[in-house]
Amino acid sequence: MNKKLKQSIAFATFRLLGFLVVGVLFYILGFIVYNGAGVISWEFLTASPEEGMSAGGIFPAIVGTLCLVAGSVAIAFPVGVMSGIYIHEYLRNKWVARVIRVMTNNLGGIPSIVFGLFGMALFVQAFGFGDSILAGSFTLALLALPLVIRTTEEALKAIPGSYRAGSYALGAGKLQTIFRVTLPVAMPNILTGLILSVGRVSGETAPILFTVAAYFLPRLPSGIFDQVMALPYHLYVIATSGTDIEASRPMAYGTALVLVAIVLVMNLLATATRLRLGKKTKMD
Amino acid sequence: MIETKHVDFYYSGFHALKDISMRMEARTVTALIGPSGCGKSTFLRLFNRMNDLIDDTRVSGECLIDGEDIYHKSVAVDELRKRVGMVFQKPNPFPKSIFENVAYGLRVNDVRDKSFIACRVEASLRAAALWGEVKDKLRESAFALSGGQQQRLCIARALAVSPSVLLMDEPASALDPISTSKIEELIADLKRDYTIVIVTHNMQQAARVSDKTGFFMMGELVEFGETRMIFSDPVNEQTRNYVNGRFG
Ligand SMILES: Nc1ncnc2c1ncn2[C@@H]1O[C@H](COP(=O)(O)OP(=O)(O)O)[C@@H](O)[C@H]1O
Ligand SMILES: [Mg+2]
Repeated sequence: MNKKLKQSIAFATFRLLGFLVVGVLFYILGFIVYNGAGVISWEFLTASPEEGMSAGGIFPAIVGTLCLVAGSVAIAFPVGVMSGIYIHEYLRNKWVARVIRVMTNNLGGIPSIVFGLFGMALFVQAFGFGDSILAGSFTLALLALPLVIRTTEEALKAIPGSYRAGSYALGAGKLQTIFRVTLPVAMPNILTGLILSVGRVSGETAPILFTVAAYFLPRLPSGIFDQVMALPYHLYVIATSGTDIEASRPMAYGTALVLVAIVLVMNLLATATRLRLGKKTKMD
Repeated sequence: MIETKHVDFYYSGFHALKDISMRMEARTVTALIGPSGCGKSTFLRLFNRMNDLIDDTRVSGECLIDGEDIYHKSVAVDELRKRVGMVFQKPNPFPKSIFENVAYGLRVNDVRDKSFIACRVEASLRAAALWGEVKDKLRESAFALSGGQQQRLCIARALAVSPSVLLMDEPASALDPISTSKIEELIADLKRDYTIVIVTHNMQQAARVSDKTGFFMMGELVEFGETRMIFSDPVNEQTRNYVNGRFG
Protein backbone atom coordinates (compact mmCIF):
# COMPACT_ATOMS: atom_id res chain seq x y z
CA MET A 1 0.00 0.00 0.00
CA ASN A 2 1.36 3.44 -0.76
CA LYS A 3 1.79 6.17 1.77
CA LYS A 4 -0.99 8.36 0.45
CA LEU A 5 -3.58 5.63 0.57
CA LYS A 6 -2.59 4.65 4.11
CA GLN A 7 -2.88 8.25 5.15
CA SER A 8 -6.32 8.74 3.71
CA ILE A 9 -7.55 5.49 5.29
CA ALA A 10 -6.21 6.63 8.65
CA PHE A 11 -7.82 10.07 8.36
CA ALA A 12 -11.11 8.57 7.24
CA THR A 13 -11.10 6.30 10.30
CA PHE A 14 -10.32 9.18 12.64
CA ARG A 15 -13.03 11.31 11.11
CA LEU A 16 -15.57 8.49 11.32
CA LEU A 17 -14.79 7.84 14.99
CA GLY A 18 -14.86 11.54 15.76
CA PHE A 19 -18.26 11.99 14.18
CA LEU A 20 -19.48 8.83 15.87
CA VAL A 21 -18.69 10.22 19.31
CA VAL A 22 -20.29 13.58 18.60
CA GLY A 23 -23.20 11.75 16.99
CA VAL A 24 -23.82 9.63 20.08
CA LEU A 25 -23.67 12.73 22.24
CA PHE A 26 -26.25 14.53 20.12
CA TYR A 27 -28.39 11.41 19.98
CA ILE A 28 -28.50 11.23 23.78
CA LEU A 29 -29.31 14.93 24.11
CA GLY A 30 -31.91 14.70 21.35
CA PHE A 31 -33.44 11.62 22.92
CA ILE A 32 -33.82 13.32 26.28
CA VAL A 33 -35.23 16.50 24.79
CA TYR A 34 -37.59 14.56 22.51
CA ASN A 35 -38.98 12.45 25.35
CA GLY A 36 -38.78 15.01 28.11
CA ALA A 37 -39.92 18.23 26.47
CA GLY A 38 -43.54 17.03 26.44
CA VAL A 39 -43.91 17.00 30.22
CA ILE A 40 -42.10 20.27 30.86
CA SER A 41 -44.67 22.77 31.95
CA TRP A 42 -45.01 25.49 34.55
CA GLU A 43 -46.74 22.98 36.80
CA PHE A 44 -43.99 20.38 36.33
CA LEU A 45 -41.36 22.89 37.41
CA THR A 46 -43.28 24.36 40.35
CA ALA A 47 -45.43 21.60 41.83
CA SER A 48 -44.71 18.66 44.09
CA PRO A 49 -44.93 15.07 42.86
CA GLU A 50 -48.33 13.40 43.20
CA GLU A 51 -50.02 10.04 42.71
CA GLY A 52 -47.01 7.86 43.43
CA MET A 53 -44.76 10.32 41.58
CA SER A 54 -46.43 9.63 38.25
CA ALA A 55 -48.00 13.08 38.15
CA GLY A 56 -47.45 16.57 39.52
CA GLY A 57 -44.02 18.15 39.35
CA ILE A 58 -40.46 18.03 40.63
CA PHE A 59 -40.15 21.37 42.38
CA PRO A 60 -38.80 19.97 45.69
CA ALA A 61 -36.12 18.02 43.82
CA ILE A 62 -35.03 21.11 41.85
CA VAL A 63 -34.80 23.14 45.05
CA GLY A 64 -32.93 20.26 46.75
CA THR A 65 -30.35 20.00 43.99
CA LEU A 66 -29.85 23.79 43.96
CA CYS A 67 -29.35 23.71 47.75
CA LEU A 68 -26.74 20.99 47.35
CA VAL A 69 -24.98 22.93 44.58
CA ALA A 70 -24.86 26.05 46.74
CA GLY A 71 -23.75 24.07 49.80
CA SER A 72 -20.95 22.22 48.04
CA VAL A 73 -19.71 25.45 46.39
CA ALA A 74 -19.65 27.13 49.80
CA ILE A 75 -17.48 24.31 51.16
CA ALA A 76 -15.33 23.33 48.16
CA PHE A 77 -14.43 26.92 47.26
CA PRO A 78 -12.61 28.06 50.42
CA VAL A 79 -11.16 24.65 51.22
CA GLY A 80 -10.02 23.94 47.66
CA VAL A 81 -8.61 27.41 47.03
CA MET A 82 -6.74 27.50 50.33
CA SER A 83 -5.28 24.04 49.70
CA GLY A 84 -4.21 25.10 46.24
CA ILE A 85 -2.58 28.24 47.64
CA TYR A 86 -0.79 26.21 50.28
CA ILE A 87 0.55 23.66 47.81
CA HIS A 88 1.65 26.20 45.22
CA GLU A 89 2.72 29.23 47.24
CA TYR A 90 3.83 27.94 50.61
CA LEU A 91 4.99 24.36 50.34
CA ARG A 92 8.77 24.44 49.85
CA ASN A 93 9.37 20.70 50.03
CA LYS A 94 8.91 19.42 46.46
CA TRP A 95 8.57 15.86 47.67
CA VAL A 96 5.64 16.59 49.98
CA ALA A 97 4.01 18.62 47.20
CA ARG A 98 4.30 15.67 44.85
CA VAL A 99 2.78 13.26 47.38
CA ILE A 100 -0.15 15.62 47.97
CA ARG A 101 -0.64 16.02 44.22
CA VAL A 102 -0.68 12.26 43.62
CA MET A 103 -3.07 11.76 46.51
CA THR A 104 -5.53 14.41 45.32
CA ASN A 105 -5.45 12.91 41.83
CA ASN A 106 -6.17 9.48 43.28
CA LEU A 107 -8.96 10.97 45.34
CA GLY A 108 -10.51 12.11 42.07
CA GLY A 109 -10.46 8.53 40.81
CA ILE A 110 -12.34 6.96 43.71
CA PRO A 111 -15.86 5.78 42.76
CA SER A 112 -18.52 8.16 43.98
CA ILE A 113 -20.39 5.43 45.89
CA VAL A 114 -17.33 5.12 48.14
CA PHE A 115 -17.58 8.85 48.86
CA GLY A 116 -21.24 8.27 49.65
CA LEU A 117 -20.39 5.58 52.17
CA PHE A 118 -17.61 7.67 53.67
CA GLY A 119 -19.88 10.69 53.87
CA MET A 120 -22.48 8.64 55.70
CA ALA A 121 -19.97 7.32 58.20
CA LEU A 122 -18.29 10.69 58.83
CA PHE A 123 -20.82 13.47 58.35
CA VAL A 124 -24.13 11.69 58.97
CA GLN A 125 -23.05 9.52 61.88
CA ALA A 126 -19.74 10.61 63.44
CA PHE A 127 -20.44 14.37 63.15
CA GLY A 128 -24.10 13.77 63.87
CA PHE A 129 -25.40 15.90 60.98
CA GLY A 130 -27.96 13.18 60.19
CA ASP A 131 -29.36 12.83 56.68
CA SER A 132 -29.20 16.50 55.78
CA ILE A 133 -28.26 19.17 53.26
CA LEU A 134 -25.14 19.75 55.34
CA ALA A 135 -23.97 16.13 55.16
CA GLY A 136 -24.80 15.89 51.46
CA SER A 137 -23.02 19.16 50.64
CA PHE A 138 -19.89 18.07 52.47
CA THR A 139 -19.88 14.75 50.63
CA LEU A 140 -20.35 16.39 47.22
CA ALA A 141 -17.70 18.98 48.10
CA LEU A 142 -15.22 16.17 48.82
CA LEU A 143 -15.92 14.84 45.37
CA ALA A 144 -15.36 18.22 43.74
CA LEU A 145 -12.27 19.10 45.78
CA PRO A 146 -9.55 17.37 43.74
CA LEU A 147 -10.49 19.31 40.64
CA VAL A 148 -10.84 22.60 42.52
CA ILE A 149 -7.41 22.17 44.11
CA ARG A 150 -5.92 21.23 40.80
CA THR A 151 -7.35 24.18 38.89
CA THR A 152 -6.32 26.57 41.68
CA GLU A 153 -2.77 25.30 41.45
CA GLU A 154 -2.73 25.57 37.68
CA ALA A 155 -4.23 29.06 37.81
CA LEU A 156 -1.56 30.22 40.28
CA LYS A 157 1.18 28.62 38.23
CA ALA A 158 0.08 30.58 35.15
CA ILE A 159 0.63 33.96 36.82
CA PRO A 160 3.83 35.71 35.71
CA GLY A 161 6.47 35.99 38.42
CA SER A 162 6.82 39.69 37.59
CA TYR A 163 3.57 40.45 39.47
CA ARG A 164 4.89 38.82 42.63
CA ALA A 165 8.28 40.51 42.24
CA GLY A 166 6.59 43.90 41.78
CA SER A 167 4.59 43.41 44.93
CA TYR A 168 7.45 42.19 47.11
CA ALA A 169 9.63 45.04 45.88
CA LEU A 170 7.13 47.50 47.41
CA GLY A 171 7.45 45.93 50.84
CA ALA A 172 4.37 43.69 50.60
CA GLY A 173 4.40 40.42 52.51
CA LYS A 174 3.57 37.04 51.10
CA LEU A 175 -0.03 36.98 52.32
CA GLN A 176 -0.68 40.50 51.01
CA THR A 177 0.84 39.58 47.66
CA ILE A 178 -1.39 36.51 47.39
CA PHE A 179 -4.63 38.25 48.38
CA ARG A 180 -4.09 41.55 46.59
CA VAL A 181 -2.31 40.50 43.40
CA THR A 182 -1.98 36.79 42.73
CA LEU A 183 -5.42 35.53 43.72
CA PRO A 184 -7.46 38.24 41.96
CA VAL A 185 -5.62 37.51 38.73
CA ALA A 186 -6.08 33.76 39.13
CA MET A 187 -9.74 34.02 40.15
CA PRO A 188 -11.42 33.69 36.72
CA ASN A 189 -9.71 30.35 36.13
CA ILE A 190 -10.34 29.18 39.68
CA LEU A 191 -14.05 30.00 39.43
CA THR A 192 -14.28 28.19 36.12
CA GLY A 193 -12.82 25.04 37.64
CA LEU A 194 -15.10 25.36 40.65
CA ILE A 195 -18.30 25.71 38.66
CA LEU A 196 -17.36 22.91 36.27
CA SER A 197 -16.56 20.46 39.02
CA VAL A 198 -19.59 21.31 41.14
CA GLY A 199 -21.75 21.10 38.03
CA ARG A 200 -20.39 17.63 37.44
CA VAL A 201 -20.87 16.31 40.96
CA SER A 202 -24.34 17.80 41.30
CA GLY A 203 -25.52 15.18 38.81
CA GLU A 204 -24.20 12.31 40.95
CA THR A 205 -26.59 10.00 42.76
CA ALA A 206 -24.31 7.80 44.83
CA PRO A 207 -22.82 10.49 47.11
CA ILE A 208 -26.24 11.81 48.13
CA LEU A 209 -27.91 8.43 48.44
CA PHE A 210 -26.94 7.83 52.07
CA THR A 211 -26.31 11.40 53.11
CA VAL A 212 -29.23 13.61 52.16
CA ALA A 213 -31.60 12.36 49.46
CA ALA A 214 -35.21 11.73 50.42
CA TYR A 215 -37.34 9.21 48.55
CA PHE A 216 -40.45 11.32 48.72
CA LEU A 217 -40.66 14.62 50.56
CA PRO A 218 -43.11 17.00 48.95
CA ARG A 219 -42.17 20.06 50.99
CA LEU A 220 -39.26 22.45 50.94
CA PRO A 221 -36.36 22.29 53.42
CA SER A 222 -36.43 24.79 56.28
CA GLY A 223 -32.74 24.58 57.23
CA ILE A 224 -29.41 22.93 56.55
CA PHE A 225 -30.24 19.97 58.79
CA ASP A 226 -33.23 18.97 56.67
CA GLN A 227 -33.34 16.16 54.15
CA VAL A 228 -34.27 17.09 50.59
CA MET A 229 -35.24 15.40 47.37
CA ALA A 230 -32.64 15.78 44.63
CA LEU A 231 -32.93 15.44 40.86
CA PRO A 232 -30.52 12.55 40.20
CA TYR A 233 -31.97 10.40 42.97
CA HIS A 234 -35.54 11.34 42.06
CA LEU A 235 -34.79 10.23 38.51
CA TYR A 236 -33.44 6.94 39.80
CA VAL A 237 -36.51 6.42 41.97
CA ILE A 238 -39.15 7.07 39.35
CA ALA A 239 -37.23 5.06 36.76
CA THR A 240 -36.91 1.96 38.95
CA SER A 241 -39.30 1.83 41.87
CA GLY A 242 -42.42 3.90 41.33
CA THR A 243 -45.81 2.29 41.79
CA ASP A 244 -46.38 2.39 38.06
CA ILE A 245 -43.09 2.62 36.22
CA GLU A 246 -44.57 2.86 32.73
CA ALA A 247 -46.90 5.66 33.76
CA SER A 248 -44.10 7.69 35.31
CA ARG A 249 -41.73 7.26 32.35
CA PRO A 250 -42.42 10.74 30.89
CA MET A 251 -41.76 12.22 34.34
CA ALA A 252 -38.38 10.51 34.34
CA TYR A 253 -37.42 12.02 30.99
CA GLY A 254 -38.62 15.42 32.12
CA THR A 255 -36.51 15.15 35.26
CA ALA A 256 -33.48 14.11 33.20
CA LEU A 257 -33.97 17.11 30.93
CA VAL A 258 -34.09 19.51 33.87
CA LEU A 259 -30.96 17.96 35.38
CA VAL A 260 -29.06 18.21 32.10
CA ALA A 261 -30.24 21.80 31.68
CA ILE A 262 -28.98 22.75 35.15
CA VAL A 263 -25.55 21.24 34.49
CA LEU A 264 -25.44 22.90 31.08
CA VAL A 265 -26.34 26.29 32.54
CA MET A 266 -23.57 25.90 35.10
CA ASN A 267 -21.06 25.15 32.36
CA LEU A 268 -22.19 28.20 30.40
CA LEU A 269 -21.89 30.21 33.60
CA ALA A 270 -18.31 28.96 33.98
CA THR A 271 -17.43 30.09 30.47
CA ALA A 272 -19.11 33.45 30.94
CA THR A 273 -17.28 34.02 34.23
CA ARG A 274 -13.95 33.32 32.65
CA LEU A 275 -14.59 35.60 29.71
CA ARG A 276 -15.95 38.46 31.82
CA LEU A 277 -13.43 38.41 34.66
CA GLY A 278 -10.68 37.44 32.26
CA LYS A 279 -11.16 40.60 30.29
CA LYS A 280 -10.96 42.79 33.37
CA THR A 281 -7.65 41.39 34.62
CA LYS A 282 -6.07 40.52 31.31
CA MET A 283 -2.35 41.15 31.13
CA ASP A 284 -0.67 43.17 28.34
CA MET B 1 24.94 56.25 50.53
CA ILE B 2 25.37 52.62 49.52
CA GLU B 3 28.49 50.65 50.20
CA THR B 4 29.55 47.06 49.68
CA LYS B 5 32.60 45.51 51.31
CA HIS B 6 34.01 42.27 49.92
CA VAL B 7 30.63 40.92 48.88
CA ASP B 8 30.41 37.41 47.46
CA PHE B 9 27.20 35.86 46.20
CA TYR B 10 26.38 32.26 45.33
CA TYR B 11 23.48 30.58 43.50
CA SER B 12 23.79 27.15 45.14
CA GLY B 13 27.17 26.09 43.69
CA PHE B 14 27.62 29.01 41.31
CA HIS B 15 29.82 31.90 42.40
CA ALA B 16 27.94 34.83 40.81
CA LEU B 17 29.60 37.84 42.51
CA LYS B 18 33.22 37.85 43.52
CA ASP B 19 34.61 40.13 46.21
CA ILE B 20 32.79 43.30 45.21
CA SER B 21 33.66 46.49 47.07
CA MET B 22 32.00 49.65 45.88
CA ARG B 23 30.76 53.00 47.19
CA MET B 24 27.79 54.89 45.75
CA GLU B 25 27.23 58.40 47.08
CA ALA B 26 23.81 59.74 48.00
CA ARG B 27 22.00 61.63 45.22
CA THR B 28 24.16 60.35 42.44
CA VAL B 29 23.46 58.01 39.56
CA THR B 30 25.64 54.94 39.30
CA ALA B 31 25.51 52.89 36.11
CA LEU B 32 26.37 49.20 36.03
CA ILE B 33 27.51 47.89 32.68
CA GLY B 34 28.94 44.63 31.41
CA PRO B 35 28.17 41.67 29.18
CA SER B 36 24.95 39.80 29.96
CA GLY B 37 25.28 37.17 32.65
CA CYS B 38 28.09 39.04 34.41
CA GLY B 39 26.05 39.58 37.56
CA LYS B 40 24.67 43.13 37.23
CA SER B 41 21.10 42.16 38.12
CA THR B 42 22.28 39.92 40.93
CA PHE B 43 24.30 42.81 42.34
CA LEU B 44 21.36 45.20 42.08
CA ARG B 45 19.01 42.76 43.84
CA LEU B 46 21.37 42.65 46.82
CA PHE B 47 20.20 46.09 47.93
CA ASN B 48 16.49 45.35 48.30
CA ARG B 49 17.20 41.73 49.17
CA MET B 50 15.15 40.40 46.29
CA ASN B 51 17.78 37.67 45.99
CA ASP B 52 16.35 36.31 49.25
CA LEU B 53 13.35 35.10 47.27
CA ILE B 54 15.51 32.72 45.23
CA ASP B 55 16.03 29.33 46.86
CA ASP B 56 19.44 28.17 47.91
CA THR B 57 21.42 31.40 47.62
CA ARG B 58 24.11 32.75 49.92
CA VAL B 59 25.69 36.14 50.44
CA SER B 60 28.78 37.08 52.42
CA GLY B 61 30.59 40.35 53.07
CA GLU B 62 28.88 43.58 54.02
CA CYS B 63 26.15 45.62 52.28
CA LEU B 64 25.60 48.98 53.94
CA ILE B 65 22.92 51.55 53.23
CA ASP B 66 23.51 54.77 55.13
CA GLY B 67 25.92 52.87 57.30
CA GLU B 68 23.44 50.13 58.27
CA ASP B 69 24.20 46.50 57.41
CA ILE B 70 21.05 45.49 55.53
CA TYR B 71 21.76 41.79 55.96
CA HIS B 72 21.86 42.08 59.73
CA LYS B 73 19.34 39.91 61.60
CA SER B 74 17.58 42.94 63.04
CA VAL B 75 16.65 44.33 59.61
CA ALA B 76 13.00 43.90 58.58
CA VAL B 77 13.07 43.09 54.88
CA ASP B 78 9.66 44.68 54.23
CA GLU B 79 10.86 47.94 55.74
CA LEU B 80 14.07 47.79 53.74
CA ARG B 81 12.10 47.40 50.51
CA LYS B 82 10.14 50.54 51.27
CA ARG B 83 13.39 52.47 51.56
CA VAL B 84 14.89 50.85 48.47
CA GLY B 85 12.55 50.95 45.48
CA MET B 86 13.01 48.90 42.33
CA VAL B 87 12.03 49.28 38.68
CA PHE B 88 12.17 46.18 36.51
CA GLN B 89 13.30 45.56 32.96
CA LYS B 90 9.84 44.89 31.59
CA PRO B 91 7.11 47.25 32.86
CA ASN B 92 5.09 45.18 35.33
CA PRO B 93 2.08 47.19 36.49
CA PHE B 94 -0.53 45.24 38.44
CA PRO B 95 -3.83 44.45 36.75
CA LYS B 96 -5.45 47.30 38.63
CA SER B 97 -6.33 50.90 37.92
CA ILE B 98 -3.63 53.53 37.49
CA PHE B 99 -4.53 54.97 40.89
CA GLU B 100 -4.46 51.60 42.66
CA ASN B 101 -1.09 50.75 41.14
CA VAL B 102 0.49 53.80 42.71
CA ALA B 103 -1.45 53.41 45.96
CA TYR B 104 -0.48 49.73 46.30
CA GLY B 105 2.71 50.25 48.29
CA LEU B 106 0.86 52.50 50.74
CA ARG B 107 -2.05 50.11 51.15
CA VAL B 108 0.16 47.09 51.88
CA ASN B 109 1.92 49.21 54.46
CA ASP B 110 -1.38 49.85 56.25
CA VAL B 111 -1.85 53.45 55.22
CA ARG B 112 -5.62 54.07 55.48
CA ASP B 113 -5.90 57.85 55.32
CA LYS B 114 -7.70 58.44 52.01
CA SER B 115 -6.65 62.02 51.48
CA PHE B 116 -3.05 61.18 52.30
CA ILE B 117 -3.09 58.35 49.75
CA ALA B 118 -4.60 60.62 47.10
CA CYS B 119 -1.90 63.20 47.85
CA ARG B 120 0.92 60.67 47.57
CA VAL B 121 -0.49 59.24 44.35
CA GLU B 122 -0.60 62.67 42.74
CA ALA B 123 2.85 63.64 43.99
CA SER B 124 4.37 60.36 42.81
CA LEU B 125 2.77 60.60 39.37
CA ARG B 126 4.05 64.18 39.09
CA ALA B 127 7.53 63.12 40.14
CA ALA B 128 7.44 60.38 37.49
CA ALA B 129 6.37 62.94 34.84
CA LEU B 130 3.16 61.08 34.19
CA TRP B 131 0.52 63.17 35.96
CA GLY B 132 -0.41 65.29 32.95
CA GLU B 133 -1.04 62.23 30.82
CA VAL B 134 -3.16 60.27 33.29
CA LYS B 135 -4.83 62.75 35.64
CA ASP B 136 -8.19 62.35 33.89
CA LYS B 137 -8.14 58.56 33.78
CA LEU B 138 -6.82 57.47 37.16
CA ARG B 139 -9.58 54.86 37.46
CA GLU B 140 -8.75 53.21 34.15
CA SER B 141 -6.71 50.05 33.88
CA ALA B 142 -2.95 50.47 33.89
CA PHE B 143 -2.83 48.14 30.89
CA ALA B 144 -4.43 50.82 28.75
CA LEU B 145 -1.19 52.83 28.95
CA SER B 146 1.66 52.56 26.46
CA GLY B 147 4.82 50.67 27.40
CA GLY B 148 6.71 53.85 28.20
CA GLN B 149 3.85 55.20 30.31
CA GLN B 150 3.60 51.86 32.11
CA GLN B 151 7.27 52.06 33.00
CA ARG B 152 6.86 55.59 34.35
CA LEU B 153 3.84 54.31 36.28
CA CYS B 154 6.10 51.65 37.80
CA ILE B 155 8.53 54.40 38.77
CA ALA B 156 5.69 56.37 40.36
CA ARG B 157 4.60 53.23 42.18
CA ALA B 158 8.08 52.86 43.63
CA LEU B 159 8.26 56.55 44.61
CA ALA B 160 4.92 56.45 46.43
CA VAL B 161 6.37 54.74 49.50
CA SER B 162 9.05 57.45 49.80
CA PRO B 163 12.24 55.46 49.24
CA SER B 164 15.68 57.00 49.38
CA VAL B 165 17.24 54.61 46.89
CA LEU B 166 15.96 53.65 43.45
CA LEU B 167 17.25 50.51 41.72
CA MET B 168 16.61 50.25 37.99
CA ASP B 169 17.31 47.09 36.04
CA GLU B 170 17.54 48.02 32.35
CA PRO B 171 14.43 50.19 32.75
CA ALA B 172 14.36 51.34 29.14
CA SER B 173 15.45 48.22 27.28
CA ALA B 174 11.87 47.30 26.36
CA LEU B 175 10.95 50.83 25.24
CA ASP B 176 11.03 52.87 22.05
CA PRO B 177 13.56 55.74 21.67
CA ILE B 178 11.14 58.51 22.65
CA SER B 179 9.99 56.71 25.79
CA THR B 180 13.63 55.94 26.53
CA SER B 181 14.65 59.58 26.41
CA LYS B 182 11.71 60.46 28.68
CA ILE B 183 12.96 57.92 31.22
CA GLU B 184 16.48 59.36 30.94
CA GLU B 185 15.23 62.91 31.55
CA LEU B 186 13.30 61.58 34.50
CA ILE B 187 16.41 59.97 35.96
CA ALA B 188 18.26 63.28 35.70
CA ASP B 189 15.37 64.88 37.62
CA LEU B 190 15.06 62.21 40.27
CA LYS B 191 18.76 62.40 41.04
CA ARG B 192 18.07 65.51 43.12
CA ASP B 193 16.16 63.45 45.68
CA TYR B 194 17.20 59.84 45.26
CA THR B 195 20.28 57.67 45.12
CA ILE B 196 19.96 55.83 41.83
CA VAL B 197 21.64 52.63 40.65
CA ILE B 198 20.87 51.70 37.08
CA VAL B 199 21.82 48.63 35.07
CA THR B 200 22.02 49.27 31.36
CA HIS B 201 23.09 47.57 28.19
CA ASN B 202 23.25 50.84 26.39
CA MET B 203 26.68 52.56 26.59
CA GLN B 204 25.35 55.93 25.43
CA GLN B 205 22.67 55.75 28.07
CA ALA B 206 25.22 55.03 30.80
CA ALA B 207 27.34 57.93 29.53
CA ARG B 208 24.33 60.28 29.42
CA VAL B 209 22.69 59.61 32.77
CA SER B 210 25.33 58.49 35.24
CA ASP B 211 27.94 60.14 37.43
CA LYS B 212 29.88 56.97 38.06
CA THR B 213 30.08 53.71 36.16
CA GLY B 214 31.03 50.21 37.25
CA PHE B 215 32.10 47.65 34.67
CA PHE B 216 31.37 44.02 35.59
CA MET B 217 32.67 40.88 33.98
CA MET B 218 32.09 37.29 35.04
CA GLY B 219 31.05 38.27 38.55
CA GLU B 220 33.91 40.67 39.12
CA LEU B 221 33.96 44.44 39.31
CA VAL B 222 36.64 45.14 36.74
CA GLU B 223 36.67 48.90 37.00
CA PHE B 224 34.70 51.57 38.81
CA GLY B 225 35.09 55.31 38.46
CA GLU B 226 33.83 58.60 37.09
CA THR B 227 31.66 57.90 34.06
CA ARG B 228 33.65 60.45 32.03
CA MET B 229 36.87 58.58 32.76
CA ILE B 230 35.42 55.10 32.16
CA PHE B 231 34.27 56.11 28.70
CA SER B 232 37.19 58.30 27.65
CA ASP B 233 40.21 56.93 29.41
CA PRO B 234 39.66 53.68 31.32
CA VAL B 235 42.54 52.18 33.21
CA ASN B 236 41.71 48.60 32.38
CA GLU B 237 42.24 47.07 28.94
CA GLN B 238 39.01 44.99 29.14
CA THR B 239 36.98 48.06 30.08
CA ARG B 240 38.45 49.93 27.11
CA ASN B 241 37.50 47.10 24.76
CA TYR B 242 33.99 46.85 26.16
CA VAL B 243 33.08 50.54 26.08
CA ASN B 244 34.49 50.78 22.58
CA GLY B 245 32.22 47.94 21.54
CA ARG B 246 35.03 45.54 20.73
CA PHE B 247 33.29 42.71 22.60
CA GLY B 248 30.30 42.12 24.81
N1 LIG C 1 17.92 32.45 39.85
C1 LIG C 1 19.14 32.05 39.45
N2 LIG C 1 19.58 30.80 39.73
C2 LIG C 1 20.79 30.39 39.32
N3 LIG C 1 21.65 31.15 38.63
C3 LIG C 1 21.28 32.40 38.30
C4 LIG C 1 20.00 32.92 38.70
N4 LIG C 1 19.90 34.18 38.25
C5 LIG C 1 21.06 34.45 37.61
N5 LIG C 1 21.90 33.39 37.64
C6 LIG C 1 23.25 33.30 37.05
O1 LIG C 1 24.05 34.30 37.65
C7 LIG C 1 24.81 34.97 36.66
C8 LIG C 1 24.53 36.44 36.71
O2 LIG C 1 23.20 36.68 36.32
P1 LIG C 1 22.58 38.13 36.27
O3 LIG C 1 22.86 38.81 37.53
O4 LIG C 1 21.17 38.01 35.86
O5 LIG C 1 23.43 38.79 35.09
P2 LIG C 1 23.18 40.13 34.26
O6 LIG C 1 22.06 40.88 34.90
O7 LIG C 1 24.48 40.84 34.31
O8 LIG C 1 22.87 39.72 32.87
C9 LIG C 1 24.48 34.33 35.33
O9 LIG C 1 25.49 33.43 34.99
C10 LIG C 1 23.17 33.62 35.58
O10 LIG C 1 23.13 32.44 34.81
MG1 LIG D 1 20.17 41.37 34.08
